[in-house]
Formats: sequence, structure tokens, C-alpha cells
Amino acid sequence: MNTETAGDPIEALTFDLRGETFALEAGLVREVLDLLPETGVPGAPPFVSAVINFRGRIIPLVDLRVAFDMEAAEPTIDSRIVVIEYDLDGEPTLIGLRADKVHEVTTIDRAVTEEAPRVGLQWRADFIRLLARRDGDVIVIPDLDQIFAARGRSGASVTSLHAIQS
Amino acid sequence: MSGLDPVETFRQEAQDLLEEIEQGLLDLAHRPGDRDLVDAVFRGLHTLKGSGAMFGFDALAAFTHHCETAFDRVRKGEVAATPELVGAVLAAQDHMRALAEGRPASEAAGEDLLTELRRVVERAGNPVAAEAPSTPDLNTWRVTFSLPADALVNGTRPLPLLDELRELGECTVVALTDAVPDFDILVPTECHLAWEVTLVTKHGRDAIEDVFIFVIDDMTLDIQDMSAVPVPVETASEPAETASALPSSTPQAEAANEGRGAKTGGDTVRVPAERLDEMMDRVGELVIAQSRLKQLAASSSDIALRAVAEEIERLASEMRDTMMVVRMVPIAQLFGRFRRLIHDLARDTGKTIELSTEGEATELDKTVIERLADPLIHLIRNAADHGLETPEQRLAAGKPEAGQVILAARQSGAEVVITIADDGRGVDRARVRAKAEENGLIQPGQVLSDNELLQLIFAPGFSTAAAITNLSGRGVGMDVVKRTIEGLRGAIELTSTPGQGSVVSLRIPLTLAIIDGLLVRVGTSRYVIPLASVEECVELSVEQDKRSAGRSLITLRDQLVPFIRLRQMFATGLAPDAHQKIVVVSTGQERVGLVVDQILGDHQTVIKALSGFHAEVGAFSGATILGDGGVALILDIGHLVAAGQRADTQLRAAS
Repeated sequence: MNTETAGDPIEALTFDLRGETFALEAGLVREVLDLLPETGVPGAPPFVSAVINFRGRIIPLVDLRVAFDMEAAEPTIDSRIVVIEYDLDGEPTLIGLRADKVHEVTTIDRAVTEEAPRVGLQWRADFIRLLARRDGDVIVIPDLDQIFAARGRSGASVTSLHAIQS
Repeated sequence: MSGLDPVETFRQEAQDLLEEIEQGLLDLAHRPGDRDLVDAVFRGLHTLKGSGAMFGFDALAAFTHHCETAFDRVRKGEVAATPELVGAVLAAQDHMRALAEGRPASEAAGEDLLTELRRVVERAGNPVAAEAPSTPDLNTWRVTFSLPADALVNGTRPLPLLDELRELGECTVVALTDAVPDFDILVPTECHLAWEVTLVTKHGRDAIEDVFIFVIDDMTLDIQDMSAVPVPVETASEPAETASALPSSTPQAEAANEGRGAKTGGDTVRVPAERLDEMMDRVGELVIAQSRLKQLAASSSDIALRAVAEEIERLASEMRDTMMVVRMVPIAQLFGRFRRLIHDLARDTGKTIELSTEGEATELDKTVIERLADPLIHLIRNAADHGLETPEQRLAAGKPEAGQVILAARQSGAEVVITIADDGRGVDRARVRAKAEENGLIQPGQVLSDNELLQLIFAPGFSTAAAITNLSGRGVGMDVVKRTIEGLRGAIELTSTPGQGSVVSLRIPLTLAIIDGLLVRVGTSRYVIPLASVEECVELSVEQDKRSAGRSLITLRDQLVPFIRLRQMFATGLAPDAHQKIVVVSTGQERVGLVVDQILGDHQTVIKALSGFHAEVGAFSGATILGDGGVALILDIGHLVAAGQRADTQLRAAS
């Protein structure tokens, strides 16, 4: 996942969650979908409360807002599902991510990125891989490894699974 | 891409050969004098050596050569097939397997095995002379044989066969040319000749048959005794059987012969399992698409469309059935492995154990078979280690010295029932109770039915073996076995009679890929209940509903059945329908009712696994896509029944 060399710019798909801009490596993204009928899984945590039928495959629908302590919002006309392929517990898995709005694929220069500061952030620092500055704003590149391993539980302390090389 | 890697092909072949050799050896341990077995093992070793050398597995070929030599001596009657010898070759066979699979195998270990083999062969040498039917008088035999047309192509040479016959005694060879076609249609690479040999020899029939040992399955061979004096009966156990022509005989021999080139009969294709899985996925998608089409057609008035939809429905369902059959393999594959296990167990425990199997032809999905191997190994170990007594104890108890382990399989509806039975001492209830109390699984003095007490064995952290032996009790307990079986959507049950033995029965669904389910609605969501575990559906009347508000129990034919309101459990937050239904499900002996809002009908479903995110939820064993594209979760009955029973126990404790 984190195979990019230090100098290369990151090709990333940007999307909004409750007013914050997030970015994911474009290589992970399989498809961006309009909202689909969801099937709730009783007993599952809010972080991954439902599954959807993605072309005949049943994939979990993940709400990153839970991991970042954001309130859930009613879906709008801009709401989308970003389908990514990601190794979940060693299995390549298709995962849907809820997004309030999806923007374009953009190039993030390494020079404008930095690691998340340990303090001064209301989010779990290990859930963030990098922060990128853009036009006076900040783009969050989440650390999906950590978020998925913690099953999105923002409060619980989870031992870091793998040290991240950057 | 067609995966025709010759090395891989050889490995698969080698695996088959090794399995056959192993079976042969194990049979031989019981019937040391059986010539057919000796021959089968010898041929297996010979083919393995030959193919191994051909595909560059030199170490394997060299190693196998020594075992072959040993068996050649057995075959010639110079050495007896003692249990020791069989054991040594079995041990050597594991080494061969490692070599064939390309696993690192130490040469020193191989050398040790060979030294042991040589030692054993020496000791087994000079067996009772009675084996060889020595008839010093000369006999006259008429041997007629012909080879299959493709024999030459496959590398069989008739001349050495004739030469070998000549070595036995004085020969007159006549070639029979009746079958040779006209010259203009004669294919020069085909063998159409047959031979009639009149042989005067002091050797017996066995010696003549030996000449043809490597080709006997494909050829026709007729050996007639032309002497006036009848030959003394050589093998009392099988009289007339070997006398007539010998067409293809044992499956072992047949398969052993495959190594010699193109197969002659019974066309089979080896397909990697992943391709079958892919195909199964496609079929699954087809079934889903088909049910969508069915819905569309049902709401249309177009008769032609309906006809096509019906046609496709039929085809899809046939396709699915065919696909299921393709994936089925006989359980003999699995049972075969355990003979070796029993052999080793008997050696390690010093007990005499006899394994018998029943219903080996019962078929199960390949994936299921693979996942059953470990639990069954554990159960058999348990039976041999804890269940069966030592020979002395058995004799003292008035039982035959040899303990029985019976492995049986049979199909029952959409399930296969596998039982592992032993005639040992049975489960010691007092010890189970003591252990459970010690581990805090039950309260001291708690009242339990006999069945409940036995079920404790499957509780996590339970192990009754007073001393942890090498065999059982290596960390995997019966709870792991139970979980594996439940992971296969199966159920496990234990019954036991003190002093007479125990029976563990496993009920396993035929396949993991598709189930027949009952589609129900709870709130706004739809769920599938595996039909195999549904016992009946009853209405939950409003009065009953009100009355049972405190205690979730209904009376069903004079039995109290606890029930779970799925609406509450799944927290739908919606008001219940007026006419709720109870679907009574069971896992073996435990029953529980599931209250649903509506029963939508039965539904054949292709099971899709849930991702790691939802694996921990527990109440669901998978999900399926419905005809309208929606998703329905499949209820995990084992989990729900356990939850229901827990709630029930709490209620009873409270009241």
C-alpha cells in the first residue's frame, strides 16, 4: 500500500466528509457509485453497519466518519460510495466507503505533505497517514490499515499493527 | 496458461501413486500373504521410480529404487512381508512424498530409512518355504496373450516378454496373425499380433503371470494348464479367480498403470480446484440473474418472454445441479487417510485397533471434505486414545482384545451424516463433571441432563485427559472441532454408553456453496433461514404474544420451546406485524423458535461470505443476493439456538 517512494507525487481521489477533505490513492479506487439500497447488518458496529450488492458481490459499507468522530449526516444528492480494493486481514477485499461528495483525482506533491502532529488534533493521530496543505486548506490522507484494524473505533487504544514507512 | 506443467503433472501422479502404495501397504499389514497386494505395491513403486527419473526427480527415483528392490524380493518370495518391513516402507514412503513434493528432505534421514529398510529386509529374509508352490515336475502350459493396439506407442515391448517366458523353460512361440488388418489399412505403430506360447516349465502359474506384471491390466492373458496332472492349488484363498483371462483388475493396478502413458479407458480430466470454484461463482451469478429475469417475466404479459424465462430457469437449475455433482468427491478420499493414522496410533498407544469404514462411496463437496480432515483426525485420535482401553483392560472387561473404530458415512437428505464410533470404555460422566466443575463451566452439584453433561466436552477449555498424551490434548480441543463443524454449517453430537463405547455424529450439509433457505421478513429486512434446520412454522397468536411477554416460551406439542423475537434482537425499532410467525429451528436436539414478521417462501440461495468486518457479528453465516438485487443475510442457526438456550437458562434460573 505504502509503496510510493518519497519523492513521487501522490495521485489521489479527493472526497468530502462533513466538510473535511480526504484523499485516497487513486490506485485503490475501483469505482465511484451513486447510493445503492443498503442492507443493515444488525449487531454490526456503526462504522460498518451495512452491506451492499456491488455487481453481484456483497461488500461492506464503511463509514469513515465514525472513525473521525463525525456525526452521521442524511444522504444528499451528492452522496456517493467509493469502492476500493484493500487487504483486510490479509484478504483482498472490496470495500465501499461512504462519501458526502466526491471530487476530482488530483496530484498531491510530497513537498506539501507532512505527518499528523501528535497533539492539537481532535482525531486519533494513528488514523492519519499524512496531511497535505492545499490552498490554505488541509487534505487528510487516512491510514486505512490502522482504521480497519481498529474497526473504526476512535476511542479504543489499539496497538499499532505495522510501523509505517514514509 | 493451460497448466500443463509436466513437473506438476508428475507431482499429482506421484501423490496418487503414493496414496495407492500406502493403501496397499496398510492392507498388506493385515493380509501379509496376499500376492496381489505385494504386486500392486511393487508396481506402484516401480512406476514411481520410472516416472520420477523421467521428470528429473533423481533423488526420488534413487530412493524409491531401494524400496522397489526390497519389494521385488518380497514378490519373489525371498522375503516375507513382515509388519516390520511394511512399517519401514511406510516410513520411507513419507520421505518419498517429501521428495516428490520438492520439500527439503535431508539425505541423512533418507539414508537412515534405507539402513532400517535393509536391516528389516535381512531379518525378514528366508521366509517359510511353503510360499513358493514348488512342483518339481515339469508342467506344460499354454499361454495366449495379446497386447492392446497402442501398446507399442506406450512403450511396451513384446519381445522382452517372450524372452522372459523363455527363461522359465522350453518355449514354442506361435504368433497369431488373425487380428492383423489388411496391409493397406495397417497402421505400423499399432500392435495387432497375439502370441500363443507352449511352455514346459517347472515353475507355477504365478511365475508366468509375473512376466506380465507391468502390462497385465491392459492385455488379455490366458494361461491354461496342459499337463495331465492338475496343478496343486497354489493360493487357497482365491481359487479360480486368477485362472481365466485377466482384464483390468483392481483400481490400484489400473491407476498405477496410468503412469505408462496415455490412458486407455475411463476418461477423466484433472482440473485445478480454483477453476471449479470460479465456475461455481459464475453459476451463482447466473442463478441470481435468472431469478431477476423470472421476476421481470412474471410482471410482464409477454408470453414469449415468459417462455424464455422458464427455459432459462430450467437450464440454470440443471446447470447448478451438474456443477454440484462435479464438485462432489467420494468420502473414501478422506477415510483412506485415516488408515495410516490408525496404524500409527496403534503403534504409539500399544493398543490393537481395527478400523472399519462404511459408506465410503458417499459424496461430499470437495471443499467440505478438505475442511473435515482435521476435525476427523482429532475425533479418531480421541477415540483411539481416550475411548479404547488397553488390550489387558479389554480382556479383563470381557471384550475382544482388538478395539474397534468404525467410521461411517451416509447421506440423509441434503446432509451427510458421518459417525465415528468406538467400542471402548465410554465417556466417564463423573470425570466430565469433576473437570467441568474444576474449570468453572458448571456449578458444583448443578443438575444436568445426561445430554447436557456430555455436551460439556465441547465447551471451550475442556479436556478430560488426565495426562496430556502425545496424541490427543495437543492444544486443539473438542471445542475447536465443534467450531469447525459449525463453520461448515454442520452439527456435532456425542452419545456414549459406559463400558460400551461412544459415538460422535457429524451432520454436514452436502455443499457450502448453495443452500435451500426459507426467506423471511423481519421489520423491513429479509433474512434466509437454512431450510435444513427448519422444523415447522407456527403462528404466534396475539394472545400468546401478550401472555409470553415475560417468558419467551411456547408450548409445542407438550414441549416448551424457547423463542427469540428477531425484531427485538435485530433492534428494528418497528412495530410488529399483526400476524407474526414462529419458525421453529433445531440443531440436532436443541430447538428454538424464531419470531418473524412474515414468511416469504423458500428460496434457493448462493451463499456469499461476509467480509472480515462482519465475521465477528456472529448471528449471520453469510449473505445472499435476492432476485430483485437486494441482499438478505443468512441466519447462523447454531449461534441463534445457543443464544436462545442461554436466554432460556437465565429465565429458568430467575424463576
